[in-house]
Amino acid sequence: MFEKIPLLKPLAALVFLILLDTIIIPGFIRMEVKDGQLYGSVIDILNRAAPLIITSLGLTLVIATRGIDISVGAVAAISGTVAVLLFSETISDNVSALHFTAKSPLFWAIFFAIGCAILCGIWNGLLVIALGLQPIIATMILMVGGRGLAQLLTDGQIQSVAYQPFFFLGSGYFLGLPFSLYIVAVVFVALTLLIRKTALGLFIQTIGINPVAARLVGIRAALLIVFAYVLCSLCAGLAGVLICSNIKSADANNIGLLLELDAILAVTLGGTSLDGGKFSLVGSVIGALIIQTLTYTIYSLGAAPELNMIIKAIVVVVVCVSQSSELKPIWCEVRSLFNAAPVKKSASTRL
Amino acid sequence: MSLPIRQNQFQPVLELSGISKHFSGVHALNNVSLRLYPGEVHTLMGQNGAGKSTLIKVLTGLHIPDQGRITLNGKLIEPTSTQHAQQLGISTVYQEVNLCPNLSVAENIFIGRYPRRFGAISWTTMRNKSIELLHKLKVDIDVTRPLASFSLAMQQMVAIARALNISCKLLILDEPTSSLDEAEVQLLFGVLRELRAQGIAILFVTHFLDQTYAISDRITVMRNGELEGEYLCAELPRLTLVNKMIGQVDELGSASKSADFATSSTDHTFKFPSDTVSRPAFLSAVGLGKKTVLPPLDLTIYQGELLGFSGLLGSGRTETARLLFGADQADSGHMIIDGKRAYFRSPLDAISRGIGFCSEDRKKEGAILALSVRENMHLALQAQRGWRRQIPISLQKEQTWRMVRLLGIKVADIDMPIANLSGGNQQKVLLARWLLTNPNMLILDEPTRGIDVHAKQEIMDHIRQLSDAGMTILLISSELSDVIDYSDRIIVFRDRTIVGEFAGGELNQETVQQVISGHVGVMPIYSSNSENEVSHV
Amino acid sequence: MSNYLVLTKSPAFTSIATAILVLLMFVVGGLFLPGFFAVQVVFNLLIDNAYLLVLSIGMTFVILSGGIDLSIGSVLALTTLLCGFLLQTWHWSAWIVIPLVLTFGFMFGIIMGAVIEYFKLQPFIVTLAGMFLARGLCYVISINSITIENDFFTRMSQTQIALFGGFISPSVLVALALLALAIFLAHYTAFGRAIYAIGGNEQSALMMGLPVARTKVLVYGFSGCCAALAGVLFSFYMLSGYALHAEGSELDAIAAVVIGGTLLTGGVGYVAGTMSGVMMLGLIQTMIAFDGTLSSWWIKIVIGALLLVFCLVQRMLSTKNHSLN
Repeated sequence: MFEKIPLLKPLAALVFLILLDTIIIPGFIRMEVKDGQLYGSVIDILNRAAPLIITSLGLTLVIATRGIDISVGAVAAISGTVAVLLFSETISDNVSALHFTAKSPLFWAIFFAIGCAILCGIWNGLLVIALGLQPIIATMILMVGGRGLAQLLTDGQIQSVAYQPFFFLGSGYFLGLPFSLYIVAVVFVALTLLIRKTALGLFIQTIGINPVAARLVGIRAALLIVFAYVLCSLCAGLAGVLICSNIKSADANNIGLLLELDAILAVTLGGTSLDGGKFSLVGSVIGALIIQTLTYTIYSLGAAPELNMIIKAIVVVVVCVSQSSELKPIWCEVRSLFNAAPVKKSASTRL
Repeated sequence: MSLPIRQNQFQPVLELSGISKHFSGVHALNNVSLRLYPGEVHTLMGQNGAGKSTLIKVLTGLHIPDQGRITLNGKLIEPTSTQHAQQLGISTVYQEVNLCPNLSVAENIFIGRYPRRFGAISWTTMRNKSIELLHKLKVDIDVTRPLASFSLAMQQMVAIARALNISCKLLILDEPTSSLDEAEVQLLFGVLRELRAQGIAILFVTHFLDQTYAISDRITVMRNGELEGEYLCAELPRLTLVNKMIGQVDELGSASKSADFATSSTDHTFKFPSDTVSRPAFLSAVGLGKKTVLPPLDLTIYQGELLGFSGLLGSGRTETARLLFGADQADSGHMIIDGKRAYFRSPLDAISRGIGFCSEDRKKEGAILALSVRENMHLALQAQRGWRRQIPISLQKEQTWRMVRLLGIKVADIDMPIANLSGGNQQKVLLARWLLTNPNMLILDEPTRGIDVHAKQEIMDHIRQLSDAGMTILLISSELSDVIDYSDRIIVFRDRTIVGEFAGGELNQETVQQVISGHVGVMPIYSSNSENEVSHV
Repeated sequence: MSNYLVLTKSPAFTSIATAILVLLMFVVGGLFLPGFFAVQVVFNLLIDNAYLLVLSIGMTFVILSGGIDLSIGSVLALTTLLCGFLLQTWHWSAWIVIPLVLTFGFMFGIIMGAVIEYFKLQPFIVTLAGMFLARGLCYVISINSITIENDFFTRMSQTQIALFGGFISPSVLVALALLALAIFLAHYTAFGRAIYAIGGNEQSALMMGLPVARTKVLVYGFSGCCAALAGVLFSFYMLSGYALHAEGSELDAIAAVVIGGTLLTGGVGYVAGTMSGVMMLGLIQTMIAFDGTLSSWWIKIVIGALLLVFCLVQRMLSTKNHSLN
């Protein structure tokens, strides 16, 4: 059954976690309405998960093309930093290129920040396609250099923002729900439409499953792969803006730190294979939610937050091993060991 | 069949007796025997499914035979792995060389068996010994340079030197010349003759007829997992060899085909070359070639004809088709299409001109197994339209079902993965994929390979119908009867060159074999390489 | 012209280029920055980067075999915490603690290597998990830093060995000794050559009878052991165990290896080249610090740019080699 509907596994894991939390954390599912706004643990988790969900969605497309992008954290840092700088009243002395002084209109600042993210995506795409670098190496360059760039822009100082409208993105409410959820919804819907209503989804899957056949059939793989990297960086940039809005500042050292690792984990948990091919946007959303719920669970239980990292590590390995093709022969042997005993169960064993 | 007796009294170095090997009910080898003598080059020949590679794997310990014995110098052996076979004295050099290109020549020769001094690897000894070994092969190169900096031919020499270093009684060369040019082939043959003189037994596997006759002392022919015969090279006429490889009459027999023919042949008239000459050319290739893959050739495909490529496996048919489609990029020459010069650098160039291509490797290059039947079928058409304009799903479903009915594809749910379909039905889906693009020309490389008899017939009938409707088709098939029965024009390949061009209906299986083998007595309309034809009476 | 082509064909090309670049940079630094041209500057470079050299040597072997190990920075930190804990809380002797943590690092690597090899997983994801795990374990041992007051460690930290008018620390000697051992391993033992062979063409290595699986697992063990040794050296240097030690150092190690001329695809490169790479990274840091006008964030950007340049050069050279065939 789990093989027929691949989404069942991550969904089951998420449901299990939520049930666990409901039992062990008092008041987990309690939600109350204050000043027309919905509050509660679940809402909290969703809100905090927003940047991770958005990043994972973009990363899913890149992984589906048999690539990887470990620069998403750095891109988030760059975008967030750029946005905040365009709002803040004091500019670091080291930056002579930017002449924006007072607060820039919300739209333009965000536009510019996302624009930087898109440039990062084009950079990554070009390195992979035009120069033929391995994706992990190509994106590693931006991961190292990009964060330095962000730190340079803020001179390593945390830049605070006092611009009210900006806060709305990450911490504001709309129609009773956190605004960030709407952003997530928009990104999800936009990407899903892009995947389903155009042939992008089909082509990306084909490229990931069988690049040789894709070429013989006339698919323009190069352009599509660059586009995937652009979309991924765009999402990462958006996530960075959200993070900065949430913490009301830009901390170039820490924004998006380990975001790439969490995002890769989210995508893998959601059922998309690191080897590329078939992918699931819904799966990545579920994967991100699992990670965030896990973090929340550990935090609420009063266990050391470091436990979080250890558990994530174990989960990654378990998920990858379960996806591994090497597991099947071992699994079959284990099953045959059990089946060798006299069986009273029905003969409807899974093949 | 009686095996020829050698004049001198040498015992065979290696003898295989009654080797059989089955894979899930299918026999890959059935009671095969082989004798390899020292100081002889023994060539193993056979077409697809003949069992050559299985036999090699048995010899090198990768497969354990179900029945039969192997004796080496009279002693019974049972190789269990490549290393074990090597220790016994059986070494293999493969087409892809299987060495480490980043390491030096000397190191490649000694990997796993380094000469040592005080426990540490001694590079000077390695260098000197490898120079010595290569000198035995009359090869003199800088052994400290990385292997990758040498040509493939030289890399094979290194592989041979390595094999000899591990003390070799039998050297197996598995299609070593497929990527070599003429000069390199001569270089290799020089080395083989040298080794032969030193008394080493050599088993040589190749597709090339000319090379076989140039180097062999003895030839073994296999077909469908069985031994067709072992002959002394000097006593085996080319025609007999080709005959043995392809078989006199194929399984169905032309007769049963003609029965089906009778119904449809009345509707179909063979288009004779005289007709086609007045028809416009759809596509011409001028001097089209690719280094170490295909020497430059000229070819014209006429509008609306069904052109068949015939020839032994490895004779250059697929290579030519791939160059024509842009699947491989040509080094030399160009195409002429619509009267204008064109260079096909990628499949996109060909597809944009209305050419479709069904690859011979369905699994690796055709079907996207994880995707659905509907998606697989619409890939090419969608790729043409671009990613932004998706073909409406409802239209996709409609078209898919139309194709299913048209081609008789047995499928219950078009949204299930194509992997669930049988080979024959998968092939039909791939055919449908290109038909949906409404191509001007369709290249079909082995469209009926690995498909059951009934589906084969269905597919060939559809191809005939398409041709009748006016589509230009290039058909490559190892089924000689298919090529002969359906083609308007047949081009025959041998050893990667075109050796003859014939009108459909002019040839039968016998005459095609004669052309392939270069037997005089068949007058082609046009022969491009008359120098290559050797007369054997 | 043909000599030039032969030179670029040689796998040592990038390594030699880097070594020359390092010398050039040192000269340029000496010309423009006051006080730069001193023996102690070089020695300080070695003292400060001894741990990075050890780390990078382990990484070199892993990359040569065609893999990658992202966990080494975290294992380094974990080692410092293990040292701190065992020395300070349980008061074990340094002679027990050091071999123990080295064994631990080795086993950590072996386990990762085994998972990678036997489940056929991608190295970067398994070592990424290892990185998470190790950092997490760090925090489990202690959230705050543990100051090390052990005699032996303190002595190691403060000893200055006089040399050519300047001084170096014992860590430098350890690192250089490891370098010598690594060079011997890489060029004079079957294990080292097997690594090169696997990195060049794993399939061929398998067919030639090399113990591929065993070698690949051992390589990660070696890398883990190097990370642990680097942790010990770092403990000498900082006299503390802290979870935040050496954050990002795995990327520094990768950069050093790439700049040193080792191909990321594996099979080509020299351990000695990694030395040049570490020196280059150290020099950049030193030069920027000396200069005082550039903020330290430039270091990361320069490293990123260097990585790019060297990757491009490697790419160009490898396509050139193929076209010459």
